[in-house]
Amino acid sequence: MSRLVRIGDILLVLLAILACWQLVYLAAGDVAMAAPAPTLAYAFELLASPRFWPHIGETMQAFALALVFSVLLGLGFGLWMGSHRLSSEVGEPILVALYSLPKITLYPVILMIFGLGMSAKVAFGAIHGFIPIAIFAMNALLNIRPVLLKAGKTMNLSPQQIVTTIMLPATLPEITSGIRIGFSLTLLGVVIGEMFASKRGLGYVIVHAIEFADTQTMLAVTVILFTFAALSNALLLRLDNTLHRRP
Amino acid sequence: MTVSAAAPEPHVCLSGIRQVYPATQGRAPLHALGPINLDLRQGEFFSVVGPSGCGKSTLLEIVAGLQPPTEGTATFEGRPVVGSVPEGIGVVFQEDASFPWLTVWDNAAFGVRRAGLAEAEVKRRVGHALSFMGLNDFTSAYPSQLSGGMRQRVCIARTLVMQPRLILLDEPFGALDAQTRLIMGDELLRIWRETGATVLLITHALDEAIMLSDRVGAMSFRPGRFLEVLETGWDRDRDSKIVSDPSFGAMTGRLWSHLRSESIDAINTLGQKAS
Amino acid sequence: MSTAAWLRLALMAGLFLLLEIFCRIGAIDSRVMIPPSEMVVSLVSLLQTRQLAVDMLQTFGAIAIALLFAVAAGFAAGLVIHALPRLRRALDPFLATYYAVPLFIFYPVLIAFFGISVLPIIIMGFAFAVVSVIMSTLNGLDHVPRVLRKVARVHRLSPFSTVTRLIIPSVAPHLFTGVKLAVAYCFIGVIASEFIASSTGIGHAIAYAYSDFNNRTMYGLILLIVTVVITINMTLHHYEGKISRRMARRPAK
Repeated sequence: MSRLVRIGDILLVLLAILACWQLVYLAAGDVAMAAPAPTLAYAFELLASPRFWPHIGETMQAFALALVFSVLLGLGFGLWMGSHRLSSEVGEPILVALYSLPKITLYPVILMIFGLGMSAKVAFGAIHGFIPIAIFAMNALLNIRPVLLKAGKTMNLSPQQIVTTIMLPATLPEITSGIRIGFSLTLLGVVIGEMFASKRGLGYVIVHAIEFADTQTMLAVTVILFTFAALSNALLLRLDNTLHRRP
Repeated sequence: MTVSAAAPEPHVCLSGIRQVYPATQGRAPLHALGPINLDLRQGEFFSVVGPSGCGKSTLLEIVAGLQPPTEGTATFEGRPVVGSVPEGIGVVFQEDASFPWLTVWDNAAFGVRRAGLAEAEVKRRVGHALSFMGLNDFTSAYPSQLSGGMRQRVCIARTLVMQPRLILLDEPFGALDAQTRLIMGDELLRIWRETGATVLLITHALDEAIMLSDRVGAMSFRPGRFLEVLETGWDRDRDSKIVSDPSFGAMTGRLWSHLRSESIDAINTLGQKAS
Repeated sequence: MSTAAWLRLALMAGLFLLLEIFCRIGAIDSRVMIPPSEMVVSLVSLLQTRQLAVDMLQTFGAIAIALLFAVAAGFAAGLVIHALPRLRRALDPFLATYYAVPLFIFYPVLIAFFGISVLPIIIMGFAFAVVSVIMSTLNGLDHVPRVLRKVARVHRLSPFSTVTRLIIPSVAPHLFTGVKLAVAYCFIGVIASEFIASSTGIGHAIAYAYSDFNNRTMYGLILLIVTVVITINMTLHHYEGKISRRMARRPAK
């Protein structure tokens, strides 16, 4: 099946989504919705206007910081737990339970510990993102095929060499998958955090727009976030697939 | 003055080897292997045949130094094998041990690169091994793009590049179909002749063992012991066509007479899976 | 109970004790957190109030409805998409990026459309969960061994029988994983939506208690959610283990 047809099909689905959007707008009117075309145009306008850039900057800054913490905490916990069977058995159900917990219920606690502002946003993003990274890192270590380690021993590798030349590349694909998921969840955490605890940033802009019934801004910013999340995920997915040697 | 021709030192010496797994909850101590007493001659091809679960793989790992025996000693070139894998031993495992993140070339070069060999020498050895194993067209492919048989060849090439003096193979062709196995057997003989290494092959296939080896050891079910060690008497210059030799059938019959009841024991004991 | 389970229990108990001590001696400010024992007391007294009963009915009811629809629609959609490979390839990028997007940003849109009621909340729960069911269904159907379908034809089974007697049991473990995820996502979707904007429900009650500086109520409710989530998780985890052990294709060593 040719690539062109595939891309064509994907564009068709995209068009279908936009058509549904237009239909919803026709049904709901200007009070509740905005039409796709003007919204997209406004989105470009926003991206070009210097007034908007501080908000993007704020969100990106919080996101970058939160991501660093997510990765460090996630890898730290995950690799530590994964190095022994017992610790992984003890820890995995706890991590899975934390994953299913609506972390927004912990939000008030975070706000009380960190106060309003950047650190609360970063903390909220980090608690969302580190869990899948930890789970995937842990499983990556547990699932190394023993025969690969045996092969390393038969080639007289030192323990450090076994870690760097066999364990590291063997766990990399799985860890990357975890980081990809953690990436998206960290963004989610940061944006939600901004909706409550901030006077700047994209989350704040959305909430502000809701309060002033500015559906166009609300939808435009939503589209911008959506596109950023989708594009970065697609890039990470490509990296993921390459590492897993999937076509 | 008499000059007595000293008998050559055995390449590998196994004496009093036993492997006993200690008792766990709900299970008595498991006497898996032994006692095993065996000397491997320099440059010989020795196969171990036996039913599943008789301890053949354990024996191989003990010789390689991957597992310590509960009792007894194993020596390689006069020195005891203890704790780590001695230099000069190469192992080909039953499962695919190729590194999925490296190309065929890098896989083969892995061992010698880590040992610090000069790159020119690495190139020479790897090129020779890959060409010997018929992998010249696949040097930049990844294992995931290759069939099971090809991946096993990559693992064998990786072992050859290290220029081992003792090659241990644990059912290397288990995952392959019977005809491919016969062809791989021919290749193994080629490798054996070219390298002059001593080869210890573990297999459950009687025909493979008899066809390839100078000597075949028939191993009993637990605890694994040698019921008989057969001398095949083949020429060094043999290949798979030897299956048509008249003595082939007689030897197969001889081995089977030992192994048939052992195999039945194995099926009955191992048929019950752990809950 | 296994060693791991005992250790886990000990870990949780230890954490509980640590928090209790730190709160009592004032190392943790009482305005930030109340001692865990008081959280338990608060929860117990809350459980006797009518208000909480109403909130729980709202929240768990919404979760149940969202879950039902998500599983039914997700499974059906998964079957359809799997049968149409071209459609599947076209939808692939969208399915893959679905969970990358902060779905909560659509909640305000839903409220603008439906007003503040239980409907947008159920829709959010549904929206969160349905795609994981679709992906698990697709994954499960991918893993039905081809040989099973051939056996069906050898036995001359009707299409309906093939689906009910061979395909559904074969897909069951994957579907179970999908349902487990769907439960988690429904919880997150419903409670988070209630927290953001709602007039009833446990999520709303937590937000209200927070804004009212009512730490006792707030922590009691948080404890309720944590306990419920953990219990459901452990139950599902236990049954998931049983199902996948029975369906294991590799022989036990």
